[in-house]
Amino acid sequence: MLSIVLGLTLVSWSNTAYDVGDTVSDFRLKNFDGKMVSLSDYNGSKGVILIFDCNTCPYSKAYNDRIIALHRTFAPKGFPVVTINSNDGEQSPGDSFEQMVARARRKNYNFPYLLDQTQAVARAFGATNTPHVFLLERKGKNFVIAYIGTIDNNSRNGSQADKKYVEEAVKALLEGKQVTIQKTKAVGCGIKWKDA
Amino acid sequence: MKNRMTKVSLIAALLLFGQSSYSQTAEVVTASELQQRITNGSEDIQIVNFWATWCGPCIKELPFLERITTEGRPNVKVLLVSLDLDLDPDRDKVYKFIARKNIQSEVLLLDEPDPNSWINKIEPEWSGALPATVIINQKTGKRKFIGHALREGELERYLDEIQ
Repeated sequence: MLSIVLGLTLVSWSNTAYDVGDTVSDFRLKNFDGKMVSLSDYNGSKGVILIFDCNTCPYSKAYNDRIIALHRTFAPKGFPVVTINSNDGEQSPGDSFEQMVARARRKNYNFPYLLDQTQAVARAFGATNTPHVFLLERKGKNFVIAYIGTIDNNSRNGSQADKKYVEEAVKALLEGKQVTIQKTKAVGCGIKWKDA
Repeated sequence: MKNRMTKVSLIAALLLFGQSSYSQTAEVVTASELQQRITNGSEDIQIVNFWATWCGPCIKELPFLERITTEGRPNVKVLLVSLDLDLDPDRDKVYKFIARKNIQSEVLLLDEPDPNSWINKIEPEWSGALPATVIINQKTGKRKFIGHALREGELERYLDEIQ
């Protein structure tokens, strides 16, 4: 019986998760500098490159400099990066808040690295992997999902990637065009969910 | 000296188990070769597990998969598909892991660029996150996808469901 209930809950999570074109709800989470950050703080930007990320996943490590580069390139153009760690710090001690602070300071983050302690934001977005990108376009007071997926098509080496999905999507939005590839998949680490 | 000892024991292990065991070795496959292996398996029921040596939850669930193999269940085959090469081209890391853990299930090393082009073909429900497992009954066409780390008893329960 319990497994049936659990099964239904899992199904409803995946069904209620956001899709491309959906307007997302605001959230408010603690940043590595101790301050609270909300999505609505970005009402002056053209959008947000929202990335579910973490410290420990080898894919997150492989993409870390590419994430920093995305912010460097696109924040001045109105699409800053916001990263969120949703991993359960008990199951993955390397992803605790203290470790987040250490990573963000070591890498001189000039963008948020937020703690999703209850995992509610990851659930709402339907984030499954790290890193997992949700490109948000601001339309008035709303943030609408324009792209969901991976950063590019070469995890080993970004310079050898011949499809830079996020870059292409942001450029399309900046030019007022449709995003051509709206969803991609990639191998990655599963988000470390709390035990049910 | 230690290296030579390892080699000797490797050869001994290969001689001992011969072709009945897959331990110590892993075939490198493309995505389409993997698809072939999944759809034309030697047994009616195939358990295909996606994992990597760096993935903690994958290693934790490995004994559940190995138990199915070592129990010698009729008509059931476990295929451990390593995704290590997606991030690191070093095959030896995986071979050493297989030897160290003395893995009995067959291991395949998937070597295919551009994951977005093949993940949906292998399993549409799979996000690409590790670990993931799909159980396929080739006779009935039934499939069960498990997008999280396996828990104790879970595989056995799904096997009963899919028989």
